[in-house]
Amino acid sequence: MVALLERRLLFVTGKGGVGKTTVAAALALLAAERGRRTLLCEADPKADLAAFLETGPLSFAEREVAPGLWAMAVDTEASLREYLHLNLRIPLVGRIGPLAKAFDFVATAAPGVREILTVGKLCYEVREARWDLVVVDASATGHIVAQLGAPQAINRLLQVGLVRQQTGWMLDILSNPACTGLCIVSTPEEMPVTETLELAARVAGQTSVELAAVVVNRVLPELFGRGEEEVFEGLDSSERVAALGEAVGGDVGPVLSAARLAVTMRRTSAGHLQRLRAGIPPGVPMLYVPYLFSRSHGLRSTRQVAAALSAELGY
Amino acid sequence: MDQLLAAKEIVVSCGSGGVGKTTMAAAAATMGAVHHGGRVLVVTVDPARRLADALGLSGLGNKETRVPPEAFADAGLTPRGELWAAMLDTRQSWDALVRRHAPDLRTAEQILGNPLYQNLASRFVHSHGYIAMERLYEIHSEGTYDLIVVDTPPSRNALDFLDAPERMAEFFSSRLLRWLTVPYRSRLATMASRPFYQVADRVLGSQFLQDVAEFFLLFQTMHDGFVARAEAVTRLLRDKRTTFLVVSTLEEAPMREAEAFVDALSDRGFHLGAVVLNKVLPAYLRAPAPAGAARRLASGAEELGRRVSRDGEDPAQVARVLGEVAESFLNFALVACREAEQEAELAVRPQVVATVPFFDTDIYDLAGLAKLGERMWR
Repeated sequence: MVALLERRLLFVTGKGGVGKTTVAAALALLAAERGRRTLLCEADPKADLAAFLETGPLSFAEREVAPGLWAMAVDTEASLREYLHLNLRIPLVGRIGPLAKAFDFVATAAPGVREILTVGKLCYEVREARWDLVVVDASATGHIVAQLGAPQAINRLLQVGLVRQQTGWMLDILSNPACTGLCIVSTPEEMPVTETLELAARVAGQTSVELAAVVVNRVLPELFGRGEEEVFEGLDSSERVAALGEAVGGDVGPVLSAARLAVTMRRTSAGHLQRLRAGIPPGVPMLYVPYLFSRSHGLRSTRQVAAALSAELGY
Repeated sequence: MDQLLAAKEIVVSCGSGGVGKTTMAAAAATMGAVHHGGRVLVVTVDPARRLADALGLSGLGNKETRVPPEAFADAGLTPRGELWAAMLDTRQSWDALVRRHAPDLRTAEQILGNPLYQNLASRFVHSHGYIAMERLYEIHSEGTYDLIVVDTPPSRNALDFLDAPERMAEFFSSRLLRWLTVPYRSRLATMASRPFYQVADRVLGSQFLQDVAEFFLLFQTMHDGFVARAEAVTRLLRDKRTTFLVVSTLEEAPMREAEAFVDALSDRGFHLGAVVLNKVLPAYLRAPAPAGAARRLASGAEELGRRVSRDGEDPAQVARVLGEVAESFLNFALVACREAEQEAELAVRPQVVATVPFFDTDIYDLAGLAKLGERMWR
């Protein structure tokens, strides 16, 4: 399988709340640091990519946000405008407002029309070869198949027309595993694991995009090594708790309780992790990002995730 | 909370994905049945497998099923009332809606068979949100239940479902819809729409546009019924008997959404019943005394290992364990403090805030739901 960051187009998806946007930003940062000219695209209207890079609001026109890293937000209307301009060469600038509104309306009912504009723009950036890598903060698990499968949906729906003619080159890009890959972000919890496994199956069945990696975010550390858990259990007697308490000048009961909580949390998550590992096709790399005991979510934690991913990718 | 479940007929559980709003809806319904009796229904959207099993839902669509009394007995509970559960099947609900509002059977079948409809039903913006509220209205108007707790579907924007009924009405009344459904020939003659169709024909092909027009023409036959219905749904959401639970964890993004929710509810005149903060870490993690003990434990681990190790234990290993335990406490303490800060910043009346502690195992049976419910009550 082609190394994750050696591809040209990387879609990052995941269930809401698992850290999809952080991982997308971290992968893009990492690629840029490794000398790949990288474009990071926000294609999920709900995401707030700018906050994870601590940069101003993103727009359709890309902007360099870190050395070697450009960022933009894909928006349907701007994509349509660019598309019409490039393909029809009509000076529509003045009239596009109501037109886009009407288009929006049609796109509401027609499968893939809205998505094809987003995917089309992303594929266009790849085809124009201005970047080594395009990382997409894509739709969440509920909508990603519609996004990735847009060209097929359009082919089924439209018999003629310019859009249909153009699905061919998009499919070439999307279905080439050396070029395009999907990265699913998950956490070791019940619902995210279930959604990841369901999505992996749907992506394989309904799109031509290869599953390039599964990133497991917020993996709790193993507290104890071999034999240490028994030692820990042994500490939990009133006499030893008292001795320790006396030595440190305070009650250590809560400290031991917290450790017990951490051990149970880890054990519960290990079960989910095992189910995930068993359900992901062999050969798909799984990258683990540890739970960050950090103050906030911003550039600092994005960088920490990037460092963890870097280690996982063997850099 | 108890008062809320006793006095209201409808409880809507909302919040961003992954915060446990489905579980919370199920816990509230369980408590409603246990404490207050009557017939209680929980409508869930996409429950985790084990939760669905616990509620006796086998995934058979919209059908309401009763949670067997034996299940309560097994969990050591004697409910005063009955607990029923149903899953929201978006597709099935849409089909029922079309059948209800189409002028005749033939039109209904034409709409249902149209490929655009099939897409509309599964992907129409707000469709999940709308259909959930529509289904709620349907069930409520049948008058079979004393309390209905409804979970809200995941959507791009968690607020979608609040506006969905109104948007639906707007959609049907919009100029664009009329515009699209003007017969194809006369449309080309209309000055206003000409540029759109010229471009659209080239880009999408005129056949497709005809399909779209035909579909909307059919769809428009349902206009009056739909609009009236959407208005009734909005009225029900605004009714005194309806209340909303906003569920969140104390993480940054879900909290931001929860705050937006609280604002949106008050803007629209909906009733905020409670903000439920879920998976809150134990309070001792935020207390200064244990943190001090943990810090001294961390710095003195080596010495303490020697001092407390028993015969047969390796003092160095005991020291390592003590060090790990202390570090782990301090790590979680940092998270707990961050969360406390989030909670303090939450701008709502403290009376409506309920916190539910972090449970160290997943909740997947009635006993677990009842335990969760009891904690929500305190």
